[in-house]
Parts: sequence; C-alpha cells; structure tokens
Amino acid sequence: MDFELMANSFPKLLNAAVITLKLLSISLFVGLFIGLFFAILRLNKNIYINKFAYGYSYVFRGTPLLVQIFIIYFGLGQIEYFRSTFLWVIFKEPYWCAIIAFSLNTGAYTSEILRSAFQTIKPGIIEAGKSLGISKNIIFFKIQVPIAIRQSLPAYGNEIILMMKGTSLASTVTLMDLTGVAKYIISTTFKPIEVFIVAGGIYLFMTFIFHNLIKFLEKKYSF
Amino acid sequence: MEILAFGDTGWGDELFYATLMTIAVSITAMFIGFIFALIFTPLKLSKNKFLNFIANTYTTIIRGVPELLVIYLFFFGGTGAVMFVASIFGYNEYIEINAFITGAFAIGIISGAYSTEVFRGAIQSIDKGQFEASKVLGFKKIVYFFKIIMPQMLRLAIPNLSNVWQITLKDTSLISVTGLVEIMRQSYIAAGSTRDPLFFYSFAAVLYLLLTFLSMKLINKLEVKYSRGY
Repeated sequence: MDFELMANSFPKLLNAAVITLKLLSISLFVGLFIGLFFAILRLNKNIYINKFAYGYSYVFRGTPLLVQIFIIYFGLGQIEYFRSTFLWVIFKEPYWCAIIAFSLNTGAYTSEILRSAFQTIKPGIIEAGKSLGISKNIIFFKIQVPIAIRQSLPAYGNEIILMMKGTSLASTVTLMDLTGVAKYIISTTFKPIEVFIVAGGIYLFMTFIFHNLIKFLEKKYSF
Repeated sequence: MEILAFGDTGWGDELFYATLMTIAVSITAMFIGFIFALIFTPLKLSKNKFLNFIANTYTTIIRGVPELLVIYLFFFGGTGAVMFVASIFGYNEYIEINAFITGAFAIGIISGAYSTEVFRGAIQSIDKGQFEASKVLGFKKIVYFFKIIMPQMLRLAIPNLSNVWQITLKDTSLISVTGLVEIMRQSYIAAGSTRDPLFFYSFAAVLYLLLTFLSMKLINKLEVKYSRGY
C-alpha cells in the first residue's frame, strides 16, 4: 500500500469529482424535462405519437451509453452541413457532447419511470378533480404531477446513481472527470488498487449522499 | 452496402465475429456473475452479522462505483495480482492475462452484485411455509433447495434477471477500452480506417439493439415456461 500516493492523488481526484458532479447535475436537469416530455407523449392516445415515444426510450435503453456518446461526439462531426451550422459550436466540445448524450439517455429512463408513475395514479383522483370543475391543465400540473413525482422518487433515486456511474464514460471522450483522472494516475504510477480505493471511495460517498437525499425526500413527501 | 461486405473489401465479417465476441463475453460474464451470486446470496440471507457485512460491502461497492473504474482496476491490476500469486509459488516470469478473461471477470463481478440482489429478493418473497413444510416432510437440504425453492425462486427471479442480462450485455461495450475486439472496439477500428464514424457507430447501436431484442424474445419464452404452474 502506497499511502503517500493515496494522499497525493486525493485532492486531484476531488477536483475531478467536481466535473463529475457538474456533468451529472446538468444532465439530470435537462433529462428530467426530456423525460417528462416523452412520458406525456407516451400517455397520448394517438398511436403514432405513442409509438414514437416508445421507440425513443427503446433505442436509448437498448444500446450502451458508450455508443450513444461516440455517435454524438465522433459521428455527428462527420456531416459537412452540420459543421457549418451554429450548432457546431456546441457539438465540437466533448463537454457538451457528453452532456447531450447523458441527457438523452437519462431522459429515456426517466420517461419510463414517470410514465409508470402516471399510470399508477388512481382514476378516481382525476375524476374527483373533474367533478369539482377543475380545468384539465390544473388537474395535470397540480394533482397528477405531484403524485407522480412522489411515486417515482425511489426509482428516480436509482436512476440518479446509475447516471452518476454513467458520467464516468465522459473520460472516453477526453474529459478529465473522476474516472478520467483516476485512469491517468493509474496509467502513470501503475498502482491501480490505491487509486481505485480513493476514487471508488469518493464515488461511494456521492452515492451515499444521493441515497440519503432521496430517502429524506421520500419521507418528506410521503402520504 | 459494399462497406459491410464479407471478405477483404468490407467490414461485414469483422463485425460479425465482433458480435459473436460480445455474445461470448456477455454469457461468460453472466455465468461468472451467477457463481458470485451463489456465493453471496446465502451470505446476505445468513443470520451471522459478519457474513452479512461482507456480502453487503460487495454489493454496495459494485453498485456505487462506475463499471469503467472496476474495469480499469482489473485491466491494470489483474496482471500484477496474478504475478504476485505466481511469485508466491516461485514463478517470476511475466504473465500476460488475455483481455477476454480480464473483461469477462470484471463484468462478471459487476453482474454478480446485481444477480445477488435479484436472488435475495426472490428467495425472500417465497412463502415461509414452503421452507417449513419441506423441513417437516424431512427433505434433505439439497433436495428441498433444488426441487422446491429453486423452481419457485426462478419464476420470481427471471424478469429481474433479464434486466441484469441487459445491463451485462451493455456493460461489455466498456471492455473495448482494454482492447478486446468486440462490437465497440471493431467499430472504433473500422471508423478510424474508413473515416466514417457515424455509420459504424450507428451500425454498432443497431447490433446492440438486435441483441437486446432477440434476447428479450428468448427470455420471454423462459418466463412462460417457469410460470406455467400459475
């Protein structure tokens, strides 16, 4: 055990963890809206809209996240026309490519979580709202959405942790996140176990925090 | 379509073998995972606090640490560990472990943690009366586990195991960082030499979709088979 290396690499890895958290929080935020959007489409009665939303979640849940990042980072830059548009400013940066891939990925999972939450709401609650003469939009945003959010908290907590692990793939497109820096230190010192313990410890600590945060929210919004 | 031709002119055969490699690694990893699950599930269910602690540490670490980090640990640390063990037995030459074994082992350990949780949940949701009845009837422990508990457990476990399979299959794409030529690595090579990453990565995505789709069909059949009594 090389404790000196562990102590030396700790601040470096902690700095890198900030990038991991940045990637995670932005992707989760964007992914939540994508997820809500597609969950609403899934509840639509039009079969084409429904199929489209299902196809989206099927493709993004059926392929590895690594493929998705590579398509967005390496693949899209290949289209000549695409490079001449203003979007290229975003897509040439690995940072934004990673965030786009993560958001689309977590959006697919979130849409499934929210959809099943919406479907478990008892029809009686919505009917009660209707019979009280509340408008459709208000029923949706004031009654259905809060209940669905409460229902989906445990599953969403898992998704946050899965996504946190997913951000490690950012290191494959040259981003120096926690895993990226850990790999760099391992490949220069050839001390994998020590670095793994420190980096893994930081990840576990983050998992622990998220786990408890969700538990706290579950308690707060329980009914 | 020439680009996907079999033979020297296209990438068809390479991608075909790469797909077989992905399937082989996934199945090996899933199998190694089952072995880990067989070891750790009893520890999780045991009344001994210390054994519980060991099993919980395993599943918590694996489920809280990114797969890629675990793969790097095995990729960089695997050779060293094996050489250390060999040196105890007096063998000091350089030993190279091949990427398949390292990769399958790393993914297997990850998959094992998920399988452990699935088996634990399935066993815990079996009616307690079943255990008691088989004890009362005087079955041997092995007989009642394999003939009474196992069939009931599998029915409950298969839907969740299919999720574990999907996760395992997708995780094998990460082994490409160690240089094992599976779908992802082959696409990377092809994309590099043809300068057509969009096509090859999209094709890789299609291959993965195909694999998940086909395996879901198979698993659904298994599910029907094991729930026929209900």
